Amino acid sequence: MSTGLIRLALPKGTLLSPTSRLLNELTLGVEGYSSDARRYRLHSTEFSYITAKIFQEKDIPIQVAIGNYDLGICGADWVEELLARYLSSSLVKILNLNYGKSEICLVSHRHSNIPDIYVIGKERREWRIVSEYPNLAEAFALNLRLRDFKVFPVWGSAEVYLPEDAELAVLKIVHEQELVSRGFVCLRKLFPVTACLIANRESLENRGLHQILSRFASRRVESSRILRRQRTMTQAQPAIFHFQRGEQDVRVALPDGHQQVPTARVLKQAGLELQGYSTVEVCSRPGINLDWASIKVIRPQDMPLQVANGNFDLAITGEDWFREHIYRFPASPVKKLLDLGFGQVKIVAAVNTEVPVANIAQLRRYIQNGAYPCLRVASEYINIADRYLQDQHIGCYKLILTWGASEVFPPEDADLLIDNVQTGRTLIKQNLKVIDILFQSQACLIGNTQGFASRDKMKNINFIIRRLEKAVA
Amino acid sequence: MKNNQMCRGARDLLPGDMTCFRYVEDTFRMSCCQWGYQEVRTPTLEYLHLFTAVGTLTPSKLSKVYSFLDWDGWSGERVVLRPDGTIPMARLYSRSLSEKTIARLFYVTNVFAFEATGKENREKWQCGVEFVGSSEPVADVEIMMLANEIMRKLGLGNIELELSHAGLVRALIKELKLDPEKEVDLVSAVLDGKWQALEETHVPDSNLHELLGILLNLQSKSSSFLHNARALASRFSQDIHQQLDDFVAITAILDKAGCNYNINLKAVKGFEYYTGLCFKLLTDGHEVGGGGRYNNLIPLIGGKDVPACGFALYIDSIMGLLPASCRKGDEGAIMITIEKDMTADRTALGFQLAQLLHRGGYTAILDFESGEPFRYRWSVVVTENEAIPFRVSDNQRNQQWDMALASDVVEMLEKQG
Repeated sequence: MSTGLIRLALPKGTLLSPTSRLLNELTLGVEGYSSDARRYRLHSTEFSYITAKIFQEKDIPIQVAIGNYDLGICGADWVEELLARYLSSSLVKILNLNYGKSEICLVSHRHSNIPDIYVIGKERREWRIVSEYPNLAEAFALNLRLRDFKVFPVWGSAEVYLPEDAELAVLKIVHEQELVSRGFVCLRKLFPVTACLIANRESLENRGLHQILSRFASRRVESSRILRRQRTMTQAQPAIFHFQRGEQDVRVALPDGHQQVPTARVLKQAGLELQGYSTVEVCSRPGINLDWASIKVIRPQDMPLQVANGNFDLAITGEDWFREHIYRFPASPVKKLLDLGFGQVKIVAAVNTEVPVANIAQLRRYIQNGAYPCLRVASEYINIADRYLQDQHIGCYKLILTWGASEVFPPEDADLLIDNVQTGRTLIKQNLKVIDILFQSQACLIGNTQGFASRDKMKNINFIIRRLEKAVA
Repeated sequence: MKNNQMCRGARDLLPGDMTCFRYVEDTFRMSCCQWGYQEVRTPTLEYLHLFTAVGTLTPSKLSKVYSFLDWDGWSGERVVLRPDGTIPMARLYSRSLSEKTIARLFYVTNVFAFEATGKENREKWQCGVEFVGSSEPVADVEIMMLANEIMRKLGLGNIELELSHAGLVRALIKELKLDPEKEVDLVSAVLDGKWQALEETHVPDSNLHELLGILLNLQSKSSSFLHNARALASRFSQDIHQQLDDFVAITAILDKAGCNYNINLKAVKGFEYYTGLCFKLLTDGHEVGGGGRYNNLIPLIGGKDVPACGFALYIDSIMGLLPASCRKGDEGAIMITIEKDMTADRTALGFQLAQLLHRGGYTAILDFESGEPFRYRWSVVVTENEAIPFRVSDNQRNQQWDMALASDVVEMLEKQG
């Protein structure tokens, strides 16, 4: 980090608009930070020594903690999530900014029949806790002295897993009433969340941040009129699900996001009619024209782990996420059953165009010649990246887990990127070049090889596999 | 050498350290065997859930364990690098030795705990003893006598034994009749060594207030103190009586056995699994070990309702307190010098002599590079003289002998003692 430059990490997503308004109010002059931002790297017209970069909110605490940024703005939830596991990290929370208000809560579903938090501590049974905040969930479980518990980290939609696939969830809640109306019970409010200003400890101790900090401090804390309007939870849906499962029942996980449209098309071609899984409407539990099957919509990233644990029999995810799981848990019972022919991407290794290497062998030599003290590698695929770097005998490297938009990391905040590309245009725009293709990925059907409880169930699973096979043939 | 080659908080044990380490280990092992204890070893990896229940490790200790998902941990089941010596022993007993009414076990093991600065060791070594199957005060006394004996044999100076009683502390807190949540908080604070929290708790019953004050603030070197406290406690719960009786019975035996101790209820902290007497071992004011009774631990982790007690000595702390002489290992060695460019049969003679000396119980080191033969009292040079190849030197007395046979050399060394 150069001595004079002060670096700010700013959030994308729901906090972007209120943060942008705040920065304008403080006349920090950060240009181009708006919801239609075309650039990730920004400068201040007011203070020539301020530069800023836009990140996924979740990435900001770690970027500030490792010293890539002096200051950052993000939700207090992600700060606490980092500190729950890494107490001694160099992260200091400076100011609550009083917008982006919500609450981190321990939630169960009324069908789980958990009357209060004390029951959880006393009962001698296994508790499954699902959360986007696995460190907070674990810290909470340890503090409550749970004897036997398992934390399932997920990328999102944690509440969808209750009550069948987990008894408890640690969630961010904006509107408690809405949650209650959907059958959930808030057992304990763990802590309130607002957006906050954070700093790297060494920067705070040694660098001249006072001009920026005084602008933040002079601002009167206002009520959060902005966020009351926002509704981050999806619309209420009738809680229709099969809590009691028959032996022959097949549970299928389908993806949300980009993969939803092609998945729906393939299912239609296979003669499987779904209600509530279209471009118009995506329910968390769509209906299907098979009375022995139930469907849930979850993140493709979370599917392999869920299938491994027997919460689902079949799932449609990407080969990338399947491999990410298998590399971490080589003995997992999850198997790839069928390639589905859509969602093709390449998983590549890329570096900044100015790095004088054309392939991974050249990069290895470049590293051996002392180009980097320790290679910084940014990736959403932490296990794929780890396996690849080991296979390539890259000596000292540090993995930086990112939560999307990894391409903004190099060159300042990472030296190598392991990411998926479709056309490669995004990489070119970010001055990146591909130096290796790790593998080709496409959507696939995965299943649990140990999950066939009965002959009927196996028949049903094979029915779906055969239908899909025909559809993609 | 790059400075990131070794993990923070990790430590290499060099030859001098290992000599010292083995000295502690051997002394410990010999004493344990003489008292009829048997050695066992548990794996480095254990399931985290073994350590998370109430009555195992405190939350502050749990926040420092090295836990992670194993390669087959897709179910979310975490494993942990052994953070404690006793809990795995309780597991071992209930899994494999529960048919034994009495099990006297000992172990030498490493335990792992995160330490934020990285300046302290994150991997520590301890040697421990567990006496499983008896709830009698004699068992508590036996392990304390054993600990005392080991420390004396190690040559540690000014040994102190500080006694507390977890059962008594818990019974006293219960007697305060706080609401359940406050009681849990107070126990947690006391477990973390924050005795102030107990001292500052409002006690409406003035007699109880006085008794607490006496027990927490006074220290004593005799069981009479506990007898007196027992008399003052007559109005209070049966539990307090029983715990004080137990404490009295143990100290009475120690008094008669001439084993010095100091009663100090606040001496120990982090006694989550202790249910009765607990103690701290000090030498010249440094803490070098501790232990106590843990009657609930074995049933808690799924075993039978079997009482137990034990202690551990902290090898790293002890090593730092032993004299430098404990680090020297090869003073008694005999150096055999085979000079450069010596023929194969001359060289073989040197090896033959070394083997003969090893069989005779000597440490014999071969020197090929003319290193420093005079470091040792005895050195032997294999010369080119075919008839009398061995030149033996007593470097202390500046004497030399020429000898024909390797067996002559051994014989001469034996005579010289």
